[in-house]
Amino acid sequence: MSDAILEMRNITKTFPGVKALDNVSFSVRQGEIHALVGENGAGKSTLMNVLSGIYPHSSYSGEIYFQGKECRFQNIHDSEKVGLVIIHQELALVPFLSIAENLFLGNERAKNGVIDWNESFSKTKELLDRVGLYELPSTLITDMGVGKQQLVEIAKALAKKVKLLILDEPTASLNDNDSEKLLELLLQFKANGISSILISHKLSEVNKVADSITILRDGATIETLDCKKDNITEDRIIRGMVGRDLTHRFPPREKNIGEVVFEIRDWNVYHPLHEDRKVSNNINIKVRRGEVIGLSGLMGAGRTELGMSIFGRAYGTRISGTAYKHGKEIDISTIDKAISNGIAYATEDRKAYGLVLIQEIKNNITLANLEAISDGGVVINEPKEMTITSQYRDKLNIKCSSIRQLAVNLSGGNQQKVVLSKWLFANPDILILDEPTRGIDVGAKYEIYTIINRLASEGKAIIFISSELPEILGVCDRIYVMREGKIVGEMPASEASQEKVMKYIMTQTQQEVVEQ
Amino acid sequence: MKTLTTLFRNNIREYGMLIALIAIMVFFQFQTGGILFKPVNITNLVLQNSYVITMALGMLLIIVSGWIDLSVGSVVAVVGALAGVLIVRYHLDWVVTVAICLLVGAAIGAFQGYWVAYLKIPAFIVTLAGMLIFRGLTFVLLQGESVGPFPRGFQNISSGFIPDIFNGSLNGKPFHVTTILIGVLLSIILVVVDMRARKNQQKYGFEVTPFYFSIVKNVVITAAVMGLCYLMASYKGLPNVLVLLFVLITGYAFVTSTTTIGRRIFAMGGNEKAARLSGVNTPRLLFYTFVNMGVLAALAGLIVAARLNSSTPNAGDGMELDVIAACFIGGASASGGIGTVIGAVVGAFMIGVLNNGMSIMGLGIDWQKVVKGVVLLVAVLFDVYNKNKSS
Repeated sequence: MSDAILEMRNITKTFPGVKALDNVSFSVRQGEIHALVGENGAGKSTLMNVLSGIYPHSSYSGEIYFQGKECRFQNIHDSEKVGLVIIHQELALVPFLSIAENLFLGNERAKNGVIDWNESFSKTKELLDRVGLYELPSTLITDMGVGKQQLVEIAKALAKKVKLLILDEPTASLNDNDSEKLLELLLQFKANGISSILISHKLSEVNKVADSITILRDGATIETLDCKKDNITEDRIIRGMVGRDLTHRFPPREKNIGEVVFEIRDWNVYHPLHEDRKVSNNINIKVRRGEVIGLSGLMGAGRTELGMSIFGRAYGTRISGTAYKHGKEIDISTIDKAISNGIAYATEDRKAYGLVLIQEIKNNITLANLEAISDGGVVINEPKEMTITSQYRDKLNIKCSSIRQLAVNLSGGNQQKVVLSKWLFANPDILILDEPTRGIDVGAKYEIYTIINRLASEGKAIIFISSELPEILGVCDRIYVMREGKIVGEMPASEASQEKVMKYIMTQTQQEVVEQ
Repeated sequence: MKTLTTLFRNNIREYGMLIALIAIMVFFQFQTGGILFKPVNITNLVLQNSYVITMALGMLLIIVSGWIDLSVGSVVAVVGALAGVLIVRYHLDWVVTVAICLLVGAAIGAFQGYWVAYLKIPAFIVTLAGMLIFRGLTFVLLQGESVGPFPRGFQNISSGFIPDIFNGSLNGKPFHVTTILIGVLLSIILVVVDMRARKNQQKYGFEVTPFYFSIVKNVVITAAVMGLCYLMASYKGLPNVLVLLFVLITGYAFVTSTTTIGRRIFAMGGNEKAARLSGVNTPRLLFYTFVNMGVLAALAGLIVAARLNSSTPNAGDGMELDVIAACFIGGASASGGIGTVIGAVVGAFMIGVLNNGMSIMGLGIDWQKVVKGVVLLVAVLFDVYNKNKSS
């Protein structure tokens, strides 16, 4: 291990009552991409926080060696000084400042406090070229997509003369194209001698770029796999993560599909700000009793926009088209009406749109159907509320100390279960689930799939939106492919494959390019 | 005893507030040589702070919704002015005037609420504008001078007392027996309600506080109620305003803690988008929150006018700050979603006791402001410290 750029030895970190890291050792070789995987709560982020000095040296035990020298970081500046840069999942850019200003924030190209704009801009251009981002240095962050923002973060790391780049879930909110680009960039950095640590839930990309993989479970190192020596499959990694074989990543379901429950015809939605831009273009979809349909497509294809516009016009303007339930036209012009017509929409962004984080679990579960736990529809019957919400906790296996725990203190998977409980309690017939497994670990994903299966077999009609193709293929009965606000393909899941769906998405895009 | 300490730890905010209030009261009781707890002063304390408490009820809902209302001081003035003009200049019946004034308050709230809830202009700006507009309109209405006096009936809103149907006396001095009776009745109701709630919780199999703790709690509450009633009875009895306040506080505490509308307001303040996507009509709810504030500000305006027995252009000046401070001292969060009615009331009393105690001690208005500012900061610091410790 003489060629190790980083060695962490016997790291133990305890929080009050919990041992988050237990004697973890972890090392990264010079010029490799090292993936760090594990379920949520396995200790990945804690380990990286120890490494980057967010938890100062005195708060943990163990040693860190970087390029052969022992390091005792007191804060994040210390670690950045030696060339260790961490990019968090939530990007740390100032939205209303330009790229150039963000790149040199706290590190301005200035003389006596006066910024040298010429130098800033030319340096910025140089850095942007290196990450393959062709934008003006004066572009505001808020005007760029998440994919490009991610590249700005990386350019910022380059500006700090990074030697070891740590990326925490860099592709979680990127579409496949942008993810691809980012991974290419990592490979390019590797060729230039910059090592990276990649934390990711997406095992396919881990498999693609990583030279070694370290698996953490319950705060301990389970194993480090060498991708060159062994032939590592995704199943092999999953086995290490969960400590058991997940022979079926998708639970089986007994299919019992009935008549058409819900249908929308000629659905058109325009963008709320750019009012001449169509985000849903003449959409016709239907879903049957007990059926799970998938909406597949790239990010920005208009899946969320479609889902939210159906849900009481929660998104978009100039909405036209008709909705039918059991063949009869229904009014879903407000969220209230949509809910009373038996439609529910569980959002892709549970923290911003799904939960009142500062409130108790029980309050979140009952929010969409308060009348049902109230006397006379007005006065809340708290004991009744406690009883009912406790039932949902048990049924969906929400791990919490009490039903009165605040939602903010739950893990991502359990938060998602609270969101699902809320909509189950509202007792809908049609359930729109928007990216219900985003950012949650393999075990919790399996539980969510099980819940979806149970709902379908209870006779609910489910519209399932996801960016992960294996998931769409594994869960759905029928798949619609969306691109730029249009339905560009429809197929039964039995006839679908990743390649086939991707082809619908990609070839059409190329056609469009030719047309233009 | 373990449950008792956890109980205390879980409710440290509420108990801490009460203990601080009692400590301040005891402090002033000694510093003022026993004047603070004299029946006449207690009555004064209630009268002086009635308008702050009234408005704190509405302000709490606004702050919980995630906004603020800076205009309430000016609304107090403009409604008081309107009452003065209608009663004194136009000789309108005072009961009709009160009704008109409350409606005008609702209209003012609706006006501001429309801008905030539907036109999406930040409340800070809308109500800052309202603060200027309604202060200006006050001067227009009153033409720059005070208008008064008011008829007896109107004055009684704030300076009247409930009649004693028994004409009682104690040791030769008049003693208000009705007040004592109301106190007894109230104590019984409180105990019964508490016991029933406890039984209901047990019925559903939930953990309840130990029985002896319930007894201690009820004894303390009963003692406080009866003590206050005794003090009041040995002066002139219960002031009308106190009865009004009691009804309002109970009503708002009930609505915020146990009704669907209260739950929805808290959800809206905690996460507006999540509440909207859960079927809560958030614009309408916010609109009515402002209407409610307008009505309560109007009511406070009437109480102020009745108490001063005249409408003056500078009535309610700076009052919005006391009201907002009361909510924050009482534990409301500036970012919305957190706060209690009881907290806001205790906060208002805290400010009231500080004002009253410092005035009796002869402390200048300059230093009074300094002290109030420090208390506000310390209370919020206490909150933040607690929150960090628990998370």
